[in-house]
Amino acid sequence: MPVEIKNLSHVYSEGSPFEFQALKDIDITIEDGSFVGIIGHTGSGKSTLIQHLNGLLTPTSGTVLVDGEDIFSKKKNELIQLRHHIGLVFQYPEHQLFEETVHKDVAFGPKNQGLSEDEINQRVQQSIKMVGLNYDDVKDKSPFELSGGQMRRVAIAGVLAMEPSVLILDEPTAGLDPRGREEILAQIKYLHKKKKMTVILVSHSMEDIGRLVEKILVMNAGEVVFYDSPNRVFTEIETLERIGLAVPEVTYLMRKLKEKYPEIREDIFTVAAAKDEILKVIRG
Amino acid sequence: MLKDVTIGQYYPTGSVIHKMDPRTKILFTTAFIVMLFCINNLWGYLATLLILVAVTLVSKIPVSYIIRGIKGLVLIILLTVTLNLFMTPGTVIASLGPLNITMEGLKVATYMALRLIFLIVGTSIMTLTTSPIDLTDGMEWCMRFIPFVRRYAHELSMMMSIALRFIPTLMEETERIMKAQKARGANFETGSIIARAKNLIPILIPLFISAFRRADELATAMEARCYRGGENRTRMKQLVFENRDRVSFVLMLMMIIGLILTTMIKIPLLFPV
Amino acid sequence: MTMEKKEKMIEVKDVCFVYPGNSENKSVTALSDINLHINKGEFVGIIGHNGSGKSTLSKLLNAIIFPTAGDVIINGLNPKDHEHLWDIRQTAGMVFQNPDNQLVATIVEEDVAFGPENLGVPSLEIRERVDRALATVDMQAYAHQKPHQLSGGQKQRIAIAGILAMEPECIIFDEPTAMLDPSGRREVMETIRKLNQEKNMTIIHITHYMSEIINADRIIVLDAGKIVMEGTPVEIFKNVSALKKIGLDVPQMTELAYELRKEGMNIKDSILSIDEMVDALCQ
Repeated sequence: MPVEIKNLSHVYSEGSPFEFQALKDIDITIEDGSFVGIIGHTGSGKSTLIQHLNGLLTPTSGTVLVDGEDIFSKKKNELIQLRHHIGLVFQYPEHQLFEETVHKDVAFGPKNQGLSEDEINQRVQQSIKMVGLNYDDVKDKSPFELSGGQMRRVAIAGVLAMEPSVLILDEPTAGLDPRGREEILAQIKYLHKKKKMTVILVSHSMEDIGRLVEKILVMNAGEVVFYDSPNRVFTEIETLERIGLAVPEVTYLMRKLKEKYPEIREDIFTVAAAKDEILKVIRG
Repeated sequence: MLKDVTIGQYYPTGSVIHKMDPRTKILFTTAFIVMLFCINNLWGYLATLLILVAVTLVSKIPVSYIIRGIKGLVLIILLTVTLNLFMTPGTVIASLGPLNITMEGLKVATYMALRLIFLIVGTSIMTLTTSPIDLTDGMEWCMRFIPFVRRYAHELSMMMSIALRFIPTLMEETERIMKAQKARGANFETGSIIARAKNLIPILIPLFISAFRRADELATAMEARCYRGGENRTRMKQLVFENRDRVSFVLMLMMIIGLILTTMIKIPLLFPV
Repeated sequence: MTMEKKEKMIEVKDVCFVYPGNSENKSVTALSDINLHINKGEFVGIIGHNGSGKSTLSKLLNAIIFPTAGDVIINGLNPKDHEHLWDIRQTAGMVFQNPDNQLVATIVEEDVAFGPENLGVPSLEIRERVDRALATVDMQAYAHQKPHQLSGGQKQRIAIAGILAMEPECIIFDEPTAMLDPSGRREVMETIRKLNQEKNMTIIHITHYMSEIINADRIIVLDAGKIVMEGTPVEIFKNVSALKKIGLDVPQMTELAYELRKEGMNIKDSILSIDEMVDALCQ
């Protein structure tokens, strides 16, 4: 499902003294099956933008086309249907858990879809497995007796159980320890690679963005600054720094090394790529 | 509807009323409320209206903002008026099927409506001109003079101030949870009342859990900052009565005397004496 | 270098901590056999994955909880003597993870005043302390704002000011940056470093971000309730594979150096920062 964002603008509390333009004329297309990372400092409009993609917020002007259809011309019930296809995982998603058991909580989405009991059960099992938990171990547990990382994964399973074709995640690793972060990111990578899901990942970690995504959307003050491949975006260090962002540490390293080794590549943003490049150029 | 209730909101304009000591404002408002129920004719209400208009003008709060406060409670006012209109026995002046409207009913209903409106406007002006924290401090001081309540004055005001601190946080949280559940296909907008009430569970449970977690963490943080109740506690800001407060005490006395005088006016206005 | 005799800020002797169980749950041993000491003016980083006992340890250090066995001595005082409880909490302040859940008052300066008010400090002095604390964290301009209008980093700086106003000698930070964005994290880390370097305050910093503690004097690694490593950042981070095994990271440059060494390049194992890496590769 391609998602086309057409001249989208959003103004909060229009006409009041608190009026605030959160999005200005956003015009981009997220291709089917792509992995897009969104970066920008707090207040740059990232969260506002992703909430338009499944119709939680209504634009002040412009629109969003999913699969070629204008989602804001849809009826309320159709919009609720749409939300099953565009899965949105909010920040700290474990704060939305409410059921007595993990199974019931994950089943909330598919139940809202009106699926049959059998299908719901199947989807719940599948999605719990997809986030790397053992279904039989956790299904009857209360979500609240799990560890923080496990709760987060159950919450993500709750969205996956709707079998969305587009998965949007708002800082899914916030507040987790290194292992927890690694596990969640590995699951997301798997969903994109193996399940062919379109993934939109909002993150503050340039390292994670650099090694995962195919395209980066850089936002500042409600506007698109860049929408391009990591190679192109991460070589714009000056612009990124000016809007309060940074590039991965290894990219800074490569830039410094270039002074001594002019032939070294700068468009490098993972430890593995840096290793190869250094071995190639410096060790020779 | 909920966003129309202006009681409890603060609207800073920096006027002389805003700068007044909260205790003065609480006492003034209390005197005003007591007087509101002593008034027994329209002359008195006319005088009250003038006082309110004068205070509003001095406070620089937009009139529309104050009227919005009444709008939020219009249902309660209507209910009171209707009940009084039909339930008061006396000289019948009109009939609506089995229901009779009496002259006395009309009078009571009018007075009740005016009382309620003035009550809302009066207290709104107090809360609109006093920051929550000042209001809490003022109330803590006032509670010291009420028997039984005195012992809990500090605890009550601490509770109030924490509640005020966390209301915006929990409102944001509610919105976030609601959106998260909507993203999972929850439907809060259509369906029968029972279905809708049931749909609130996915919002209320996470909200309660979060509120308890916050309370727990806050309690730990307060303990870590050496909180141990009101005993031996000092305050950074101490309330001091200033000249403007003294002036307003004189005005308050004048208001009380003036309003008592209106009860003695024997000239009928709209209603017989 | 001569060994100078350092004054001890905190001493932890043979401490165990067990969360008591009830009929439904088993009791959980969160910490066992913990021995450590922290000197005055030191900057100590504590790392370990979630559930390794970091938070429990931090709460022991300012007497929010008490050890099941062993002793915690804070500035010479033992919290077991309950009369010292408030002195201890005043001496060793604590900043928590969630910036929202530790601010009490509706106005910034009132919140900073909360601690000294509890200590019974005279009004005029509270005013001075509040102004000073807000200046230290560079938040004077926000004195009359409401906390919920501030960014996460700003809220956390207010929380720090609230502790500073109690005039502690030591501050324990329990993952203060976990919920912040990069700029908030930078603000808070700059403030913490300033407190350590300019005010000579003892800092205990618990974090998941290894880059925040590469300049620490010492790092303590916890795993399953035990101290498994202790040493300078260089000594700790060179154990790349051991750290990864217990679910922790190393700074990116350390990891890169490790990878290059595995490929046979001659690079020292003490690299933590970009500049050190550049030096190593450009000699």
